[in-house]
Parts: sequence; C-alpha cells; structure tokens
Amino acid sequence: MDAGFFRAWVTEIAAVVQTQRDHLTQLDAAIGDADHGINLSRGFGAVEAALAQAGTPTPGSVLILTGATLISKVGGASGPLYGTAFRQAGKALGDGPEVDLPALAGALEAALSGVQKLGAANEGEKTMVDALAPATSALSRAVAAGASPAEAFSALAAAADAGAQATISMQALKGRASYLGPRSVGHEDPGAASTALILHALRDVALRQAR
Amino acid sequence: MKKLINSPDTVVTDALAGLAAAHPSLAVDIENKVITRAGGPTAGKVGLVSGGGAGHEPLHGGFVGFGMLDAACPGEVFTSPVPDQMLVATKAVSSGAGVLHVVKNYTGDVLNFQMAAELAADEGIEVAPVLVNDDIAVQDSLYTAGRRGTGATVFVEKIAGALAERAAPLSEVAAVAAEVNERSRSFGVALTSCTVPAAGKPTFELGEQEIELGIGIHGEPGRRRGPLATAREITSAALDAIHADMPLSGDLLVMVNGMGGTPLIELYIVYNEVHRYLSGKGARITRNLVGNYITSLEMQGFSVTVCALTDTLTDLWDAAVDTPALRWGR
Repeated sequence: MDAGFFRAWVTEIAAVVQTQRDHLTQLDAAIGDADHGINLSRGFGAVEAALAQAGTPTPGSVLILTGATLISKVGGASGPLYGTAFRQAGKALGDGPEVDLPALAGALEAALSGVQKLGAANEGEKTMVDALAPATSALSRAVAAGASPAEAFSALAAAADAGAQATISMQALKGRASYLGPRSVGHEDPGAASTALILHALRDVALRQAR
Repeated sequence: MKKLINSPDTVVTDALAGLAAAHPSLAVDIENKVITRAGGPTAGKVGLVSGGGAGHEPLHGGFVGFGMLDAACPGEVFTSPVPDQMLVATKAVSSGAGVLHVVKNYTGDVLNFQMAAELAADEGIEVAPVLVNDDIAVQDSLYTAGRRGTGATVFVEKIAGALAERAAPLSEVAAVAAEVNERSRSFGVALTSCTVPAAGKPTFELGEQEIELGIGIHGEPGRRRGPLATAREITSAALDAIHADMPLSGDLLVMVNGMGGTPLIELYIVYNEVHRYLSGKGARITRNLVGNYITSLEMQGFSVTVCALTDTLTDLWDAAVDTPALRWGR
C-alpha cells in the first residue's frame, strides 16, 4: 500500500461522511448537540483541499497531514480526537514509500492508543473507542493468523460495525452524551458510527484495489 | 425554522463582520475568527482569552473590552474553536505577563484549549487555564464528562478581568477565576429546543406542555423532561437543585439569563421568583444581572446562576467594565 492508497482512503472517507452527513448529525441530535456530521464533512473537505495542495509522497505523510488538518479545521471533540488518531497512525507508519498489512495494523493500534490517551476513554463508555478498539484487535488477530488482505479488512469493518451497534445499549460515561445519564441508552454513539464509516471506507478502498 | 441568515455556511463570519462594524472598540480578525481589543495588549497586564462554540452570543465576543476579556475566539455554531485560533488569540494578547485561558468544561473545548496551551508554551508564552464547571444538572464526574461550564463563565470573565486590569500577576488572576467558579452554581430550563443553522431542524422536540430540566447551552437535551408549570414552580425546582448542592445564604450575585428566545418580561417574572425564594432562605441578592448573556440560539428558557460573594469579589464585580454586552462605572 503506497501513498496513493491512503489518499484514496481519505477521498473515500470524504465522500462517505458527505453522504452520511445528515445521518451522523441526527445521531448526534439525539444525545449530543447535532453537529457531528456537519463537522466531519467540513473537516474531510478541508483535508481533501490540503492533500491537493501539499506533496505527500509516503503513506505516513498522507495520514499526518490528514490529522493535522482535522486538528486545525474541525474543532469540537472530534477534531482533536480524529486528528490525533490520524497523526499517530501516520507517525507509526514511518517514512517508507510502501507499508504492509502488519504495519497498518500497528498504525491503527497507535491511533487507538492516541485517542484513548487524549480522551481518557475506555471501552464500554459509549465513544468512538467502542468501534475503534474491537476493529483494531480484529485486524491484528487476522494479520497474526495469516489472513488474506481481503479477509483482514473485512474482519476490521465487521468488528467496527458490531462495536458501533453495541453502543446502542450502553450508557454514555464520556463526552456530551454523558450529560443525559440513563437517557443516553438506546441511541447509537455518533463517534462510534463515524469510526465504523471511516474503517468501512478503508475496507472498500482495499477491496477495490485488490481487484 | 426561519432564520435571518445569508447562508448556513457563513453564519459565524457574517456575524463577526457585523460585530466589527458595530463596535470600533474591537478588532475582529474574520479569517482566523479572533476578536481582540482594538488597542492591542496592555503592557504588564495578564491577557484573558476565552472561546467556545458560536451561538451563545453575547458570550464571548461581547465581553471583550476594558475590565473583562482581551480576546475571544468563536468556533462554528456549538462547536469549540480550534487550537490555531486560540494560539492566534493568545499571541495577540500576550504582553509578557502571561495569559489566562477561560475554558468551559466540555470535552471539545478542553481538548482544543489543551493543545493551544502546548503550542503557546512552545512559543514561550505562559498560559494558565481555568476550567468553568458550574452546571449542577450534571451530577457526577465519575459517570459523566463532568459538570458543564455555563452561566458562571460570565462571572469568571468579569471578576478575573477586573483583577487583571489592576495588574495582578497570572497566579492571582487564575486563583480568583477558580474561586469564582467554585463559589458559583447554575441550573437551566428549556421550553423549546433550538435549530443549528447547518442542521436545519430542531435538536430535540418538546411538546406544547413539556419542558426540559437541566439543559446545557447547546440545545442538547437535559437530565429529565417534565410538565410545563408556573414560573414559581419551575424557578423553585431550579433553585432547590442548586440549594441542595450549595446551601444558599449570605450575599449573592445572581444572574437570571435568557436562552435567546425568552422575552425580558418573563425573565423579570423569574427574577421575582428567585428573589422571593432566596429571601425565604435568608439570603441576600446584593448584585444581579437579568438579560441574555449566555444563550442557545433562539431557545426559549432560562438559566439561573448564583455566586456566593465575598467583599473582594463584590469589589471586583463593581469595578469598571466597558464591553459591548456589559458596561458600567466608566
């Protein structure tokens, strides 16, 4: 996977969050402040513009620029959290022109650890971590078991989906939804939902390029 | 929902342009979304920077001026500003005496201000943060992101701003800001939701006979829903909740704040009930504000904020202030 692969991933994310903008915003309206889809759509639009202007010769540089742009342009909690996730993943990928699946799995683990450190969230607290953590372990497990790229990316996306769905029955303990207390139960967490979309985009790009 | 806007995408920048045109005392950097005093930083004075999502006007830009803030940075509607903006603001007000960041306790505001403080430290600017978390509707930080920053933000900005104007060092300005926060409590009630311009529909729906108790300032739902009641009953419920958290006695600074869509006549009805309630507790309202100071777009409703005053805090509250939204003594 080269820089072009990661640019294609970001382009796919931008398209998906644009399509799902109102859905994410509605999820946020139920237990937050109705801006998640709007902010991510604005943020990834800015990332596309930044990638079009700057040279990003390596996978790491694509993700680092993505993260830095999200931090600079999005605001809210999602800007620093997604920005940190992409920056940490990019740093973990290093300077090489190509990365393999184990390196990508390591990068997602770095992303997860960056998000958890910044947001102080653990699994089960109804946040993006509830999609990112199981997806990351699923990818690492698949890689360790010698799965094909197609199998590995499908496992990643399926685990992210299941994680996001599992947030419906959780009571939020972090983020704005936590103010609702027990009333936050019964709604999918918007951050977990957008994380699942982002990881789906990764799978879709990988499967498309494998064809 | 009808709104007086040109486009949902230009709400914040169009409003900033209007603020700049209306108030020559302010310098407004529309591109970076930073509002500062037109005169620039005052030598030897601690700079006060606040920021948060737009949609709470006059907070924060309306409180930039003598005796209060040196800079404010609004984000998008209900979205915290970004670290770059906060850094621009921090550098603009830095005169070497350090900078106080007034941060309302929301995950986004806290994370972005934290990143901005690190960037400012890299440039050799000493930054002290004060975290405002006065909203008692959020019960327990063990199970939540912690209490939200609401009405007490106005008190913190006014009182810390007054002390900074007297050339106090950063440590003292930060200490008085934290003291005001610790001595303040708020509770909010909504009669209607509000509509984020880019979202186009109300954040939540309330029936004709329903109210939302324990709201924040972002149109988010509150802790519970209840039936519409009289101003006296609703005010008592709000003050009972505050009294249970911080017994109400002695000299108090009280703000009855409109959420944006509440007629002033109703805010005075609420103020009368607050006055009656507190008199019944043997407390004395020695200073007050009634009006729209920290709003939630066009939401109907109010919040009540109480600060237990000391002689020092009263003196700082009374000090001259000259901003678009708060002005006296000068």
